[in-house]
Amino acid sequence: MTVKTKKKEDKRIGLFVCHCGVNIAGVVDVKKVAEALKDTPGVSMSTDYVYMCSDPGQQMIIDTIKEKHLDGIIVAACSPTLHEKTFQEAARLAGLNPYQIEIANIREQNSWVHSDKDKATKKAVKIVKSHVAKAIRNENLEPIKVDVKKRALVIGGGVSGLQAALDIADHGYEVILVEKNPSIGGKMIQLSETFPTLDCSQCILTPKMVEVSRHPRIKLLTYHEVDSVSGFIGNFKVRIKKKPRFVDEKLCNLCGECEKVCPQIVPDEFNMGLSFRKAIYMPFPQAIPGTYTLDEDHCLGLSPVRCGKCKDVCEPRAIDFDMKETIIEEEVGAIVVATGYDLYTMQALGEFGGEKYEDVVNGLEFERILSASGPTGGVVRRPSDGKVPKSVVFVQCCGSRDTEKHLPYCSKICCMYTAKHAMLYRHRVPDGQATVFYIDVRTGGKAFDEFYQRTVEEDKVLYIRGKVSKVFKEGDKLIVWGVDTLTGKKVEIEADMVVLAMAMVKTDGVQDLLKKLKISTDIHGFVAEAHPKLRPVESLNAGFFLAGCAHGPKDIPEAVSQASAAAAKVGDLFAQKELSHEPTVVPVNDELCSGCGICVTMCPYGARTLDPSKGVVDVNEILCEGCGACAAACPCGAAQQRNQTDDQIFSMLRAMLRE
Amino acid sequence: MFEPQIMCFLCKWCTSAAADLAGTSRLHHVANTINMRVMCSSRVDPQHILYAFKEGADGVFLGGCHPGDCHYVEGNYKTLRRIALFKKMLADLGIDPRRLRLEWISAAEGKKYAETMNEFTEQIRALGPLDLNDKALVREVVKDE
Repeated sequence: MTVKTKKKEDKRIGLFVCHCGVNIAGVVDVKKVAEALKDTPGVSMSTDYVYMCSDPGQQMIIDTIKEKHLDGIIVAACSPTLHEKTFQEAARLAGLNPYQIEIANIREQNSWVHSDKDKATKKAVKIVKSHVAKAIRNENLEPIKVDVKKRALVIGGGVSGLQAALDIADHGYEVILVEKNPSIGGKMIQLSETFPTLDCSQCILTPKMVEVSRHPRIKLLTYHEVDSVSGFIGNFKVRIKKKPRFVDEKLCNLCGECEKVCPQIVPDEFNMGLSFRKAIYMPFPQAIPGTYTLDEDHCLGLSPVRCGKCKDVCEPRAIDFDMKETIIEEEVGAIVVATGYDLYTMQALGEFGGEKYEDVVNGLEFERILSASGPTGGVVRRPSDGKVPKSVVFVQCCGSRDTEKHLPYCSKICCMYTAKHAMLYRHRVPDGQATVFYIDVRTGGKAFDEFYQRTVEEDKVLYIRGKVSKVFKEGDKLIVWGVDTLTGKKVEIEADMVVLAMAMVKTDGVQDLLKKLKISTDIHGFVAEAHPKLRPVESLNAGFFLAGCAHGPKDIPEAVSQASAAAAKVGDLFAQKELSHEPTVVPVNDELCSGCGICVTMCPYGARTLDPSKGVVDVNEILCEGCGACAAACPCGAAQQRNQTDDQIFSMLRAMLRE
Repeated sequence: MFEPQIMCFLCKWCTSAAADLAGTSRLHHVANTINMRVMCSSRVDPQHILYAFKEGADGVFLGGCHPGDCHYVEGNYKTLRRIALFKKMLADLGIDPRRLRLEWISAAEGKKYAETMNEFTEQIRALGPLDLNDKALVREVVKDE
């Protein structure tokens, strides 16, 4: 926000040249610099001092500002990264707007890199002159302030979403947790045991699920989907679609009578289609909320005329065929995106027969086969005939690390879960043979490599370095053709079952949601972080935070850490009374704007939109980060960065270059 | 010997930090260059560059973050595209495109910064002074106070 500022002709600028002991004065003739500038238009006083950053130095600046009624100052000293804040604070104490302070870097970028005193002094004069040119054109600015709604929306009820919701709620803020499926738990609840400790996945996740459902500050919305999001950081308006469950969660007492009489049999998603459920069902015994859900797509018709058997037997009268989709509206200040991942389809790798042969399964299907709560009760049986397989071939990198045909990235968790699969298989079937095809074994993680070594040495899993070319059926066996790249020989293995470590990909259909949120993704459809090193849990779009595999392949500890980090960032945001944002943004001059919209395409933050009614661009200053890409692209000079306008840049260039 | 004047636009996050690092590491280099710190290399408008030439710069240097490291995510890519196009235009205006140089110098590359300054200055010295007297077009393209 700009505040009333004097015209450049009326500005009184003070110049303070620092000796920095001999650091500057040893090379640059500081007195000469102060002297050379004293008659420059706009400069009303100039002086030098041994250490400007010292207490007496700062006091001198404060006193001089007051005494000489200065409207702006230039401190010619070290790099602005060191003492810009120091001098801004001093100026504030003297009653000067901090955006009227200029730091001329004559140490790091001059006296420390040049030895010719004459040249360094001349250069210092030019540097300082350019700052005078800028200073007389600087506007008084105030940080942009905006209120924050201290409630968060978490999208996704997998382990990342649960952790983020719990942490934010424990910070003392309200959370709305939206999950599209009937129960929370995500992919993790489907896993058998987790590497490298072999904890039972359900045993460690269900307490968290219960905690979420009982937390007084978490509003759990399962079987809901985010419909639209508007607004900006601190002030989002969210429309959430409630899908009809046809069962009242509060009335359902889980007696299960409805399920017994339902005539419709459907593949069970929780068991990856390896078993069946009814059209009215509970996804798994520990599902939260504990309620049955009637699957509309598979029900005979939601009408007592068509069937209605479940309704007839429901004692608490929980079933209601007339439930309709409804929309809920919520206001939140921050949004955590924890939408998870899916597996690359086996169809894409037709040569491995995943779609053709029942006994070729993906990693998640094998998790269900290993799980005590799975379709086989934890006994390893192959899907086709229920026999215990005596030879299992595991294929890593199915789709991952294939720049030519599939996905270029590493899915990160497959090396470890394949080792786990092979190990658990050997524990369950001690006389069985486990063979793993791998490109590299990547075990970067705490206690990961030890786990892999155990798989090889103690559990005698055979690792073959190489790729599989084809899987086909001969009798009731699967023949796996591959190559051992260490010996250069072809390999043929007879297997009873083949497990494909399919790559992790973005959640199916998530792009529609991300489009509604208007947040950016990488080329693979994973949500992009604001900065790969410095802002890894924030989206580029202010107010959005990332957790878990929505951001890219991750194992559980990483997903949980990221969720906690995202929650901490939400906490940072909510701890502020109001949001304060740098005012050096790029507004639009409506009178000059032609409405071409070029700047809209330049902005990576979605801060600029074309207002069709006015025919000019509208800027949301709170979203603008002040890079200035739009200002450089604007063909009519309507987009000008505050305190770095084109006029300022041109005048600085004149001061530096015109002899 | 001809002493060229070189105008450098440095992005705040990477190349200006590299210039500071060259300073703290006392990596002496030629004094022919003078720096302007901008928030991002993408803030630099070709107009600014042309204006620098008009005001007496014999060479113009533009420094940004390495691809993928931009503080504003993709500003450096925008600069890359803009400069590639602008160099063609420079040639049409009669200015040798070698007088404009774009480099990615990270905050850790003080040495690269100092070496680049020396090397670019030598290159401009070899090209000789920029004479815009017969280049009325440039004067027309850039505005003046």
